Amino acid sequence: MALSKPYTDVPGTIIFDAEQSRKGYHLNQFCMSLMKADNRARFKANERAYLDEWPMTEDQKAAVLARDLNRCMALGGNIYFLAKIGATDGLSFQQMAGSMTGMTEEEYRHMMISGGRSPEGNRYVGEDGDAQAHRQPQGSGARAATTPTQGA
Amino acid sequence: MARITASVYTSHVPAIGAAMDLGKTQEPYWQKVFSGYEFSRAWMKNHTPDVVFLVFNDHATAFSLEMIPTFAIGTAASYAPADEGWGPRPVPTVIGHPELASHIAQSVIQEDFDLTIVNKMDVDHGLTVPLSLMCGQPPKENFRWPCPVIPFAVNVVQYPVPSGRRCFALGQAIRRAVESFDQDLNVHIWGTGGMSHQLQGARAGLINAPWDNAFLDRLIADPQDLSQMPHIDYVREAGSEGIELVMWLIARGAMADVAGQGPAPRVAHRFYHVPASNTAVGHLILENRP
Repeated sequence: MALSKPYTDVPGTIIFDAEQSRKGYHLNQFCMSLMKADNRARFKANERAYLDEWPMTEDQKAAVLARDLNRCMALGGNIYFLAKIGATDGLSFQQMAGSMTGMTEEEYRHMMISGGRSPEGNRYVGEDGDAQAHRQPQGSGARAATTPTQGA
Repeated sequence: MARITASVYTSHVPAIGAAMDLGKTQEPYWQKVFSGYEFSRAWMKNHTPDVVFLVFNDHATAFSLEMIPTFAIGTAASYAPADEGWGPRPVPTVIGHPELASHIAQSVIQEDFDLTIVNKMDVDHGLTVPLSLMCGQPPKENFRWPCPVIPFAVNVVQYPVPSGRRCFALGQAIRRAVESFDQDLNVHIWGTGGMSHQLQGARAGLINAPWDNAFLDRLIADPQDLSQMPHIDYVREAGSEGIELVMWLIARGAMADVAGQGPAPRVAHRFYHVPASNTAVGHLILENRP
């Protein structure tokens, strides 16, 4: 019988359940390893070589190298584990969370000081709030996505 | 006999700890957060308990994916502040209360709550930030927390987390366990985490102030009804990490009125502020009336 998963229709949100945890086991355990200073140093010296010590999928490794946290989460990562990568890079939780929206650090910080993101239109997939798929990326990320850059 | 006299509820945002550790508390951004705890620090000085039973969640610090206990009670003599990747917070070692903790573990397990017993655990911001908020930074010449602490870790990282209903019933069992302990101890129970926040994906930064304030109202006045709220409501309304609020129901369940042993608790203090980093800060102090 199928498990009850009433949380798959929340936009911009991946719930870290047993299935995601199973997919992301090695990715998350790699992240845990970065809590040791020696491992952080080895990772920073050669990220690819360090990642190759872990039985992660190639997609997971690529997402880590690109610091694409949304992709990491889709592939089974959990934000509290992925935060160890951010700590290794010297980022705050706010910088990490902001990076998943397309907004600049400043834009995201401003949104939070202004009361945060409204739940209006962001409760169910298919509404028209700013977290819906058809409105990504947000902030400067949106402008960058629609403005062709010379020589890019 | 030991007794629970008060419960405290507070968010445990890591950036709050960092602001204290880096001396930023007087910056306007942080001043607004800390102003809500001035009362609480004075209250703690005047109402210092013998033990704090502190409900919190570990954030992939002591528990990786190797082991994921739903409920874990610390029965150790002490707990070191964890290095979460930014270095350990410069706060005192947390002194435990192994006798009361073991007693609660035995009592609560006999009431069918299958706790994991932990004798070695570093404690992360989930536990140390509430202590910092309520106690301030202890002075160098007396570098210790004001009382022993029993850490009680709840899994709210990997879904499914325990239901609000289960947490509320557990709080009631903890109350009975405390009251069956022979020593005359004054115990506070703290529920931490929340309020609305989401740290992931395109919906990161979600805040729902009306929902948060309604949660506070219901927690005070009708926790039994609040405890029936399904997980999905927390996620949809308060963000994926807003689910931490189920932990507040453990502390609320341990109050006298729930056991039919007294009137509704006195609201000694209530505070709400947006934002601290990604999060809405909520805070309550409830006292059992004598």
